[in-house]
Amino acid sequence: MSYLPYALAVWIFVVGLYGVVTSRNFVHLVVCLAVTQSSTYVLLLAIGYVDRGTAPVFADVPTGTRAVDPVVQALTLTDIVVSVTVAALLLALAIQVQRRNGTMNPDELNELRG
Amino acid sequence: MIPLQAMAMALVAAFALAIVLTRDLVRLALLSSLYALALVVLFLIFQAPDVALSELVVGAVAFPLVILVAVAVQRG
Amino acid sequence: MTRQLRIGLFALSAAGLTALLLWSVAGLPAFGHYHERYGTLLKKVAVSERHTTNVVTATVFDYRGFDTLGEEFILFAAVVGVALLLREVREEGGHARRRDRLVSDPVGLVGIGFCAALLLIGLYVVAHGAITPGGGFQGGVVLAGAFALIYLAGDYRSFRALTPQPAVDFAEGLGAGGYAVIGVVSMVLGSAYLHNFGPFGTAGTLASGGSVPMLNLATAVEVTAAFVLLFTEFLQELPARSGES
Repeated sequence: MSYLPYALAVWIFVVGLYGVVTSRNFVHLVVCLAVTQSSTYVLLLAIGYVDRGTAPVFADVPTGTRAVDPVVQALTLTDIVVSVTVAALLLALAIQVQRRNGTMNPDELNELRG
Repeated sequence: MIPLQAMAMALVAAFALAIVLTRDLVRLALLSSLYALALVVLFLIFQAPDVALSELVVGAVAFPLVILVAVAVQRG
Repeated sequence: MTRQLRIGLFALSAAGLTALLLWSVAGLPAFGHYHERYGTLLKKVAVSERHTTNVVTATVFDYRGFDTLGEEFILFAAVVGVALLLREVREEGGHARRRDRLVSDPVGLVGIGFCAALLLIGLYVVAHGAITPGGGFQGGVVLAGAFALIYLAGDYRSFRALTPQPAVDFAEGLGAGGYAVIGVVSMVLGSAYLHNFGPFGTAGTLASGGSVPMLNLATAVEVTAAFVLLFTEFLQELPARSGES
């Protein structure tokens, strides 16, 4: 039971990967990729959790209070904003593909064209 | 592991599966916002308010907008 | 390779990958029993050394400020990539083609009223980054959302009038470059690159943390400009409607 959050991260990762492989639309593919990326956030935050700990913000609690790990939160919060920007870059690529080839189905774009 | 944590994790797992299995694109945009909301609740339960704030603004403002524009380009 | 063959191959390798992943996470310490050394040290010294009550922001902008520099340049590079892909030479008067005025007036009025509230909330979240949960990244996206609300509750022309392209480009460069330059200031003052400097103030007030509020501001400017540029580039790709909206 105490390994359930880690199993959740593995589940989200594999489910997202399945979505990427079986996708029929580029937009759906990008969203599944974002879901796969979110599994790392869950894993990081689950690792940093301390039992009966509070948030590592000491504005209203005394400094010695038991708190969760701040380092993993620092890693995760910049990552979330960056990941949506990279997803927007992939969607811009998908828009260009739609413009040039008229389709957004990955299965129909099999050959390189000059 | 208190029941609140278990319920939040079950919600996140269910929404992830729903995103992968959906075929309609406008429904996908809505589901991605709901998934972001479930993640916000999970992050708050893990005592991470900064991360929850980040995910909330990104999942409600930036991500649905770019998805819907891509869908509109595909249909237009 | 047909689709069925590809999915079959994936199912095989996914089973192996899942087994490996589950075996590897079983070796982690149990949930809630993390033996953190770095985190314990940071929680002990962050408030007394740097006078910031938000230890996460102190980690992002001070103790691990160099990693945030890298993340900020990933953001910058991705937005430059979007601009390169979608920006093209436009003909004059192209903006006037879009007929996207909102049909319902009360919705538009309430939306525009909320723009002011969103701007205030965004500025609040940015300014109080060193004290309570918040910071440049979160507040920057909220501010960009205020601009997006102008498009959603108004029309495209007013959105473009409020976000002129040269100003947004300049603001984004200013934010990214400003972060790097503040690190150089620290070197000029005699310590390492991006080391915290300046008067630290009292913990819990707005002017606390040394260089953390300055880096916070540079990040907020860059993230706001980056997302406004993203929205602009994407909204230009919308097909123009002809006839009645």
